[in-house]
Amino acid sequence: MIEIISEEKCIACNRCVDVCPTRVFDRTGGVPVIARQEDCQTCFMCELYCPADALYVAPEAEAPAGVREEELERAGLLGGYREKVGWGPGRTPVAQHEYIYLLSVRSGIG
Amino acid sequence: MSHVLARQNGLSLEADVLVIGGGPAGTWAALGASSRGAKVVLVDKGYCGTSGATAPSGTGVWYVKPDPALRRQAKESRYALGGFLADNRWMDRVLDQTYANMNRLAEWGYPFPRNEFGEHHKRGLQGPEYMRLMRKLVKKAGVKILDHSPALELIADEYGVGGAVGIRLETGEPWTVRAGAVVIATGGCAFLSKALGCNVLTGDGYLLAAEAGAELSGMEFSNAYAICPIFSSVTKTAYYRYATFYYEDGTVIEGAGSQRGRSVIARKLLEGHRVFARLDQAPEDIRPLLRVNQTNFFLPFDRAGIDPFRDMFEVTLRLEGTVRGTGGIHIVDETCATRVPGLYAAGDAATRELICGGFTGGGSHNAAWAMSSGTFAGEGAADYALRLGRRGLKRRLRGLASQAIGGRQGQTPERTREFIRAVQAEVMPFDRNLFRTEERLTDSLVRLDGLWRDIRTSAVPFTKDVVKAREAAAMAATARWMYRTALRRTETRGMHKREDFRTLDETQKHRLVSGGLDEITVRPEPVGKEAALV
Repeated sequence: MIEIISEEKCIACNRCVDVCPTRVFDRTGGVPVIARQEDCQTCFMCELYCPADALYVAPEAEAPAGVREEELERAGLLGGYREKVGWGPGRTPVAQHEYIYLLSVRSGIG
Repeated sequence: MSHVLARQNGLSLEADVLVIGGGPAGTWAALGASSRGAKVVLVDKGYCGTSGATAPSGTGVWYVKPDPALRRQAKESRYALGGFLADNRWMDRVLDQTYANMNRLAEWGYPFPRNEFGEHHKRGLQGPEYMRLMRKLVKKAGVKILDHSPALELIADEYGVGGAVGIRLETGEPWTVRAGAVVIATGGCAFLSKALGCNVLTGDGYLLAAEAGAELSGMEFSNAYAICPIFSSVTKTAYYRYATFYYEDGTVIEGAGSQRGRSVIARKLLEGHRVFARLDQAPEDIRPLLRVNQTNFFLPFDRAGIDPFRDMFEVTLRLEGTVRGTGGIHIVDETCATRVPGLYAAGDAATRELICGGFTGGGSHNAAWAMSSGTFAGEGAADYALRLGRRGLKRRLRGLASQAIGGRQGQTPERTREFIRAVQAEVMPFDRNLFRTEERLTDSLVRLDGLWRDIRTSAVPFTKDVVKAREAAAMAATARWMYRTALRRTETRGMHKREDFRTLDETQKHRLVSGGLDEITVRPEPVGKEAALV
C-alpha cells in the first residue's frame, strides 16, 4: 500500500491525486495527503507517474507496512520502479528492451 | 428508478457515443467511434491511463501474422481447453483486427522491441506504456475524457439506451451524458480481491447492462484464481511455470503447478497447508530476461528482500473472477451490440467465449479481445448513433437503476461494507467457487438472493459513497448470475469445475445465457455448426 509522500521531494503537482485509480489521495493546496490508504490496491501507478520520485508504495497489499522515509532513502528505493520502467528524462522505456524479444525466442513468453 | 436525472444540476454533455470505461477496450472503442466521425465522451471510474487490470501489468497479445498455418495453430491452441465453445469466425476476425491494431500501435509510436532483422516484435505490451499512449491518442482524436467519474445508471426510453448519469468524485456533483449509443467497457469483476489493478473491476457494467435488459453469457466461467505471493498484490502467473511448490518443511508438493496444477495448490490451501514457491526451474541465462519482461513481477520481491529464484516464498490464490474468466455481457452481432438498442459491450465486460470458450489462460486472448471488440463496438455504436442523428438527443430519458439513488440519507458506508463482505464470503472460498457442487451453490444462492433483496430495497444517498454502494450491488448481482449458471451446467467444461459432475458432457456443448435481476433466468444457446473449428 501507499506509505510515503516525501514532503521534501514532493513538488505539489498533484499528479498522484489525478492518476490514482482508486482515489487514495486528496489535494490540500500543498503536498497532497494519503486520505484513504485502505482503498489503495497496491498497483504502483502513482509512484510511476510521480515526476519527483516522492512516493513509495510498499509491496504489502493487505495492511500498512509502516516504513520510514530515511530507510527507503538509504536503500535507494524511492523512484526505483520508475527507473526500471524507463520513465523520466534521458531514460529508455523498458518496453523496447531487446531482452523482451530474446525471452520470447527462448521461452515463448511475450 | 432513480432520482438522479431529476436533479438537473452538475455537468451535462451531449455526444454521439458515450464510452463507459477507459481501459484498453474503452480507449479502442473511443478511437473506433471517432474514426467514424462520431462525437465521443469517455468516462472512467478512476483515471483513463492507469485504471484496470492492464495498466499496471505487462501482457502478452494474441498477435499472429496472417499465415494460414500459424493462424490455424493459434486457433487450435486453446480450443479444447475452452471446451469447444469458441467460434471459428470470431477467432478469425479478432486475429485480423488485433493484427491491424498492433501494427497501428507501432505506427503511432508504441516502443516495440526489435528482432535481429530490425523488425518490430509485437507479441506483448507493457501496460503503463500502452495505456499512457492510448490516453494520448484518445485525447488527440478529440474525445472528451471525464476521469474519476463513474457511471451510476443508464438512461433510456422505449427505443433504447440514450446515455448515462454518474458522479464526479472530485466535487460530488452529478454528470449527465446524453448519447445516441453507449459502449460498456468497464472490465470484469474480481470482487475487490486486490488482484493487481483489479479493485476498480466490480462488475459495474454487467449491472448497468442488465438493468437495461441486456443478457449475460458464460457467467459460469468466472472462477479464475491467480497465484500470488501472500503479502502482495502482484497476480502475474506466467512465470510460475518455472516454479516448484513446497510445503512449509521444504518437501515438494507433487502435481502443483501454474497451469493444470493450480487446483492442487487450492486443495492444499483448503486442507490448511501453507504453500510456498520458488522459481528454481528457470534456467540461469533467462533470469535477467524475465526481470526485464515483467518489471512489476519482481518489484514486490525486491522491496521485501526476497530473491524468488533462490528463496522460498509463501503464496496464495487471489480471485480474479471474470477478469481472467470468460463470461460477460451477451453480444448479438458483429458490432458487439447487446440485445438492447443503442447498447454495446467490449473487452472483459463482454463475453469472451467467442474466441476462447470457457477458458482463458491469461492476458494474450483478453488483450486481443479488448482491442478488437473495442474497435468493433466503437465503430458499431458510432454508425448506429449517426444514423439516429440529432433526434437521438431530444428524447425523454429516464434512469434505469434498480435501486433508489438520491437524497442524503440511506444506506451507510458501514452497511455497504457488510454487503461487500457478505458477497466475498460466497465467491472467494475455493470450495464454493473453484470446486463447485449443487449443494454448495444452492446454499450460497439462498444467502445471495437474500442479500440482493436487502440491497435492492436499500435507498442509496447521492454522496461520494454511492459508488461503493453500486459496486456492492453489482458484485451481488454478478455472484448470482455466476452461481445460477454454474448450477445449470451439470458438467465440467473449460474452467467451470463441478465436483458432482467431473467430466465433459457432449450434450451440453452450448453457451448459457443468463439475465434478470430479481428473478434470474438461464437459457442454453446453441453453438452453431459453422462456428466449429474442424
